[in-house]
Amino acid sequence: MRQKPARPKKNAMSVVNQLANPTRFLSLSARILPWLAAASAAVLAIGLWLALFVAPPDYQQGDSVRIMFVHVPAAWLAMFCYTLMALSSIGSLVWRHPLADVSAKAAAPIGAAFTFLALFTGSVWGKPMWGTWWVWDARLTSVLVLFIMYLGLIALWRAFDDPGRAGRVAAVLTLVGFVNIPIIKFSVDWWNTLHQPASVMRLGGPTVHPSMLWPLLIMAVGFTLLFLTLHLAAMRTEIFRRRVRAAQMRAAVQPAASVGRAVAAHG
Amino acid sequence: MSLLAAIIAQTVRLGIRAGGGALVGLIFFLAVVAVVPFGVGPDLNLLSRIGPAILWIGVLLASLLGLERLFSADREDGSLDLYIASGEPIVLLVLGRAVGHWLATGLPIVVAAPVLGLMLNLSPVALGAVTLTLFAGSPALTFIGAVGAALTAGLQRGGMLIAVLVLPLSVPVLIFGVMATNGAVYDPDPFTAPFLILCAFSLGSAVLAPLAGALALRVAME
Repeated sequence: MRQKPARPKKNAMSVVNQLANPTRFLSLSARILPWLAAASAAVLAIGLWLALFVAPPDYQQGDSVRIMFVHVPAAWLAMFCYTLMALSSIGSLVWRHPLADVSAKAAAPIGAAFTFLALFTGSVWGKPMWGTWWVWDARLTSVLVLFIMYLGLIALWRAFDDPGRAGRVAAVLTLVGFVNIPIIKFSVDWWNTLHQPASVMRLGGPTVHPSMLWPLLIMAVGFTLLFLTLHLAAMRTEIFRRRVRAAQMRAAVQPAASVGRAVAAHG
Repeated sequence: MSLLAAIIAQTVRLGIRAGGGALVGLIFFLAVVAVVPFGVGPDLNLLSRIGPAILWIGVLLASLLGLERLFSADREDGSLDLYIASGEPIVLLVLGRAVGHWLATGLPIVVAAPVLGLMLNLSPVALGAVTLTLFAGSPALTFIGAVGAALTAGLQRGGMLIAVLVLPLSVPVLIFGVMATNGAVYDPDPFTAPFLILCAFSLGSAVLAPLAGALALRVAME
């Protein structure tokens, strides 16, 4: 009678516990990864076809509005990736989950890449629309700060020798940054509204016609799948990298012993 | 409380003694402010318009200077190990070090700011406003910097890294500091709201930064 309520909890925890084993994670992700890669390629292909050929050109912006179908999902994933890193950081600080660390570290360069993509496409889009590559607008500036934070996190990771310690220190910074991101966002919003006329930033408005909204949503799903694929692959690479490092350290400790054994074996 | 006071007093003494860095920070602040007119030209109207922003950026950069040694010195000579072994809360150590660092390096810079403001042709109202906002906002810069110092305490050369980690986090303080200063000088802009938010940053970071810094130190010392 007493064991009954414990059961669902055990099931939920056992999934997490199973994933905590890197070997089991490697075999599971090896099975998932090809399907995920194929799915993201298919969805991205459909999305790009819809975005580039099916969706109508904007009545004001012409064909350059098609940049939106890359720009908006990239910006969305730039945020999503940081959120994922913050959750992973909680996992590595609170539960010492061995994969949380790996997940956060693997996500940082991908998040930086998506942030850069959002900034770059925004810049390319801004040149014909606003007549300038860059505006010190609230949204652009806060995304730029996010980009610098990604780079700082990557630099912090690379500064430590020991991956475990680097992971936990970077987790603290990720959480501090997560507290700060809304503050930066809103402070920059305030700063912008006081210093700059709002007429500059006018991205088609909140009402997007369904003929554009559907390709955009499909592209967003495709980008998310792409992110998951890249993230899983990067996590696998990171696990292998740590194993190689551990093997190298063992080899560095043991050469004397193994040489002795080799000499003994060869007589 | 006496422990906290002792840590603060020790940090101040270390800061203001020869080679401690407090004086160097002040000179660096002077140098940064003096370099700007060489860059933008000696137009006094322009300088008086951007003067508060120059002073704020100067304080932001100067606040980064001594951070590298804030905890790494303790770590190298083993006193951080002794402190952790003593069982006293690490939060107090971070809080004391940050407050002491601000008293030794931040406060002199704030006091020197109106003097440099005169050289930038600031009006008397702007001089008072920039000094007041710096007094209210510079503790937040020091507290955020202390988190960066704690994060990089385990590194041999963390100085450059601290700047990269801390500057993006300091953006809101800079925005509201300059906004409040301009609000006091130019009529339609509000002063009270940004100034109160600036105070909130200092008070909030005084609570959160020691917690984050203590967590970072504990992790870095493992």
